[in-house]
Amino acid sequence: MRGQITGRLASLVKRSSKSAIEADGPDAALLADLRSALAPDRVKMDGAQRSLLGHDASVFGGGVAGPVCYPVDAAEVSAIMTIAEQHGRGIVPRGAGTGLAGGAIPLGAPVVIAVTKMNSILEVDTENRIAWVEPGVINLDLSKHLASYGFHFAPDPSSQQVCTIGGNVGNNSGGPHCLLYGVTNAHVVAMEVVLASGEIVTLGGLDAEPDGYDLRGAFVGSEGTLGITTKIAVRLTPNAPSVRTLLLAFSTVQAAANTVSAVIADGIVPAAMEVMDQRITIAVENYVNAGYPTDAAAVLLAEVEGLEGGTAIDADRIAELGRENGAVSVRVAATDEERALLWKGRKTAFGAVAQIAPDYYLHDTVVPRSKLAEVLDQIYEIADRHDVLVMNVFHAGDGNLHPLIVFDGRIEGTWDRVHAAGGEILQASLAAGGVLSGEHGIGVEKQQYMSAMFSDDDLDHQGRLRRAFDPACRANPGKVLPAGHSCADIAALRKVPSGVWG
Amino acid sequence: MTPSLAIDDPVLSTFAAEVGSNGPIAVAGGRTRWDHGGSLAADARIIEAPQGIVEYRPDEMTVTVRAGTSVEELHAELAEAGQRTALPERGGSVGGALMVGENGPFVAGRGLLRASLLQVRYVSADGALVTGGGPTVKNVSGFDIPRIMVGSLGTLGLVAEAIIRTNPVPATHRFIASSDVDPFAVPDVILRPGCITWDGSTTTVMLEGHEVDVDADAARLAELGSFADVDGLPELPAHRWSLPPSDVRLLGAKPNAPAVGAFVALVGVGTVYASNPQPQRSIDPTVRLISDRMKNQFDPTGRLNPGRSVLPFEPNKAGAA
Repeated sequence: MRGQITGRLASLVKRSSKSAIEADGPDAALLADLRSALAPDRVKMDGAQRSLLGHDASVFGGGVAGPVCYPVDAAEVSAIMTIAEQHGRGIVPRGAGTGLAGGAIPLGAPVVIAVTKMNSILEVDTENRIAWVEPGVINLDLSKHLASYGFHFAPDPSSQQVCTIGGNVGNNSGGPHCLLYGVTNAHVVAMEVVLASGEIVTLGGLDAEPDGYDLRGAFVGSEGTLGITTKIAVRLTPNAPSVRTLLLAFSTVQAAANTVSAVIADGIVPAAMEVMDQRITIAVENYVNAGYPTDAAAVLLAEVEGLEGGTAIDADRIAELGRENGAVSVRVAATDEERALLWKGRKTAFGAVAQIAPDYYLHDTVVPRSKLAEVLDQIYEIADRHDVLVMNVFHAGDGNLHPLIVFDGRIEGTWDRVHAAGGEILQASLAAGGVLSGEHGIGVEKQQYMSAMFSDDDLDHQGRLRRAFDPACRANPGKVLPAGHSCADIAALRKVPSGVWG
Repeated sequence: MTPSLAIDDPVLSTFAAEVGSNGPIAVAGGRTRWDHGGSLAADARIIEAPQGIVEYRPDEMTVTVRAGTSVEELHAELAEAGQRTALPERGGSVGGALMVGENGPFVAGRGLLRASLLQVRYVSADGALVTGGGPTVKNVSGFDIPRIMVGSLGTLGLVAEAIIRTNPVPATHRFIASSDVDPFAVPDVILRPGCITWDGSTTTVMLEGHEVDVDADAARLAELGSFADVDGLPELPAHRWSLPPSDVRLLGAKPNAPAVGAFVALVGVGTVYASNPQPQRSIDPTVRLISDRMKNQFDPTGRLNPGRSVLPFEPNKAGAA
C-alpha cells in the first residue's frame, strides 16, 4: 500500500480545491465574537483570503479556512483561542505559509491565526545573547537587524527571505549552516505561547537550566499542534571573523559523499557541506552562472567559519581530503563576492528548476552520512522506474537529502507517479537507518508514513506529549500523527458546520 | 518492518520485563544526584539499567549506548577516536546524567545536554519499550520525545538506551587565569570559549581549538588583562544556581547580591556553583498544569520514581513535600 496516496491525503493533493464560501452562514456567530474581540478589519471571512490560506507552499491543497484572524498581541490570541473553543472549532497558526509538508493547511475549517501583524523585534539583549522577537518577524530580516551587533540567527532555511521565526519554531527549521550550529531548537531559549485553551505561558527561560520538563524543547517542531508562539527569545550567534568557502567537483556522486564522511571522521565540523548533482548543477548554471563545473557528476560546497588561522587549516584539510577521495577540481573562493556567488548558486537551486518543468516536489529525508551514496543510487533508480526526473541538492553534512522531483502536472497520471516515487524514496531512506524528515516536518505529507518509522506504542506516547499541552486536540487538528491515533481523528474535523465545505 | 521499529535487543527486553507494569520502581545509576527532585518513596523497587556501548560511529558523530554505562567508560571509548559528548564528567551513568539533565562546566564548548540526545529508548509505566526521536543528527519526525526525557528524573519513563551526538575534541586546549580582567568583556573577544569562570576575583578561561586560534585568543585576552597559565578550573562548590547570564554581574561583594555564598560562576552561561543552595523558584501555574498533565499522561498511576518531581512541591498544592 505504501507509495500510494490514500485516504484524506488523496483529497488534499492539488487538483482542484475550489471551496464554496458562505460568510454569513453558520459561522455568523463565531465571526461576530471574533470581531468584537479584535478590530473588525482584522477578522477576514472573504473568499480570497480564505482561499489563499487554504493551502501553503506544499503540493497539497484542499484545506478550508474558517475565519482568518490577524491578532496583534498575546491577549488577542488568547481571546481567539477562547472563542474558538466556545464554538467548538480548531485553530491553525499561520506564518508565511512556506511550509512544504502541508502543516499550515487548515483542516475542518478552523480559525486561522495569522501572525503577520506581530512582526516586531522587541529587544536585542547582547549580554544574555538573545533577542525577543514576535513570531511574524522574517528570518532574514532578523539576521540583517542583528548584523550591526555582530550576531545572526543561525537557522537559514532556503525560504529565509520570506519565512517567519514563528514558522521556524513550528517546524524546527534547519538550513545549510545547521551542520555547525544546530537546528532551531538549539536557538530558542524561551517562548511566550498561548495554549489552545487560552492560557498564556512562558516556556523555557533565559537562565542556564530552567526548572522542570523541557516544555520549550517539546514545543519547538510541534507544527502548531501544541499552541501558538507570541514572543520568542532566540539565541544570538556571533558572526565569525573568518569564513572560507570551497567548491569541489567530483566525477561520481559517491566520491562527493565519501569526502563528506571523511571530513567528519577527520574531526572537522564545517559550517556547511552541501552537495548538488550534475542535473541541478546544470540547471543552476543556466540560471545564475555561478561558475559551477557542469561536467562534474557532483559538486560539494563546503564552508568553514571561525578564526583566521583555524579556518585556513580546515579549508586546506578539506581540499586535501577531497583530492584523496577523487576530487577533479577544488576551488577556494578568493573574495566575498566569489563566496556570495557560490552560495547564490546553491540558494537559487529551486528557482532554477522552474525552467525545466512547471512543477516540482521537494522531498526531505535524512540518512546516515555513510549511506548517502547508496540511497542516492536508489533514488535515481526509483525515479527512472516511475518515469519522473529527479535532481538532488542536499545538506550532505548532516545526511539530509532533498530529492527534487521535476514534472509537468498537467500530464494525466503524472501526480500518481510523483507520489509513488516519493513514497519509495521515503522507504529507502528508512531502510537505510534514516528518518522521515530532517527539516520540513510531517504535516499532512508524511502522516501515513509515521507508522513506518514508529511503533504504535511510540506514536501513542507522542500523542500523550501532545495532550499534555492540548487535551482537546484543537490546535492544528489532523496533523502529524496518523489516522487511528489520538488527535488524528477528532471531533473538530468532523463537526464542520454545513455550508463550509465546498 | 523497518530497522527502527524492531527492538530486538534481548538486553532491553529483559530490562523491560524487569520493570514490569506494576508497583513503584526506580533505576539507580551512580547515585551522584540520588536525592535530586525529592526522596524516593521507601517502597520503590530499585533496579539497574543495562550497560554497554552498542554502536559507535565516529563518522556519523553518534554513539548508541545503554543507560547504565558509566560516562567515564563512554568518554574513554570516544576519546580513542578523538570525540566527546555533552554529558558532564562527574561520575555516574549515562542514563542518570540524561535524567538529571545538568550540563557540565564546559557546556559553552561541548553544547547543551538537552540538545545532544537524538534518540531514546525507554520502558514506559506499563512496561512497554518505547522509542522517541531518531538515530540521525537531524530529525523532525513527529513529537520530540527526547526533549522531555532530558531532565525528567525518570518520572515519564525509565531510560534503557540512548543515541547521543558526539563532537570532535579540539586539537588543543589551555587554561589561563587573570585577577584584573573584566570577566564580562571576555565573551566579546573569544568566538567559541570552552569555559569562562569567575569567582568574584579571578577569571579563568579555557581556550580550545586549533593551536593557532588558541594563541590568537590568548593574545586578544592579554590586551584586556594580565593572564597566566593555570592547571584547570577552580574547585567548584557543591550547589548549583541557574541564573540568566546577565545576573552573574550581580554576584560578589555587592548590595542585594543573590546569597550564593562562595561561588564560581560560568560567565555567559548563568550556571553558578555556590556554597549555598538556590532558593526555590516560583513556578508559573500553567507550566505546572502542563507538567502535571505530562506526568499523568506518561505515568497515570505514579509508579515511576515516586517521591521525585521535576518541579518543587509547593505547600498549597496537592501532594506531600
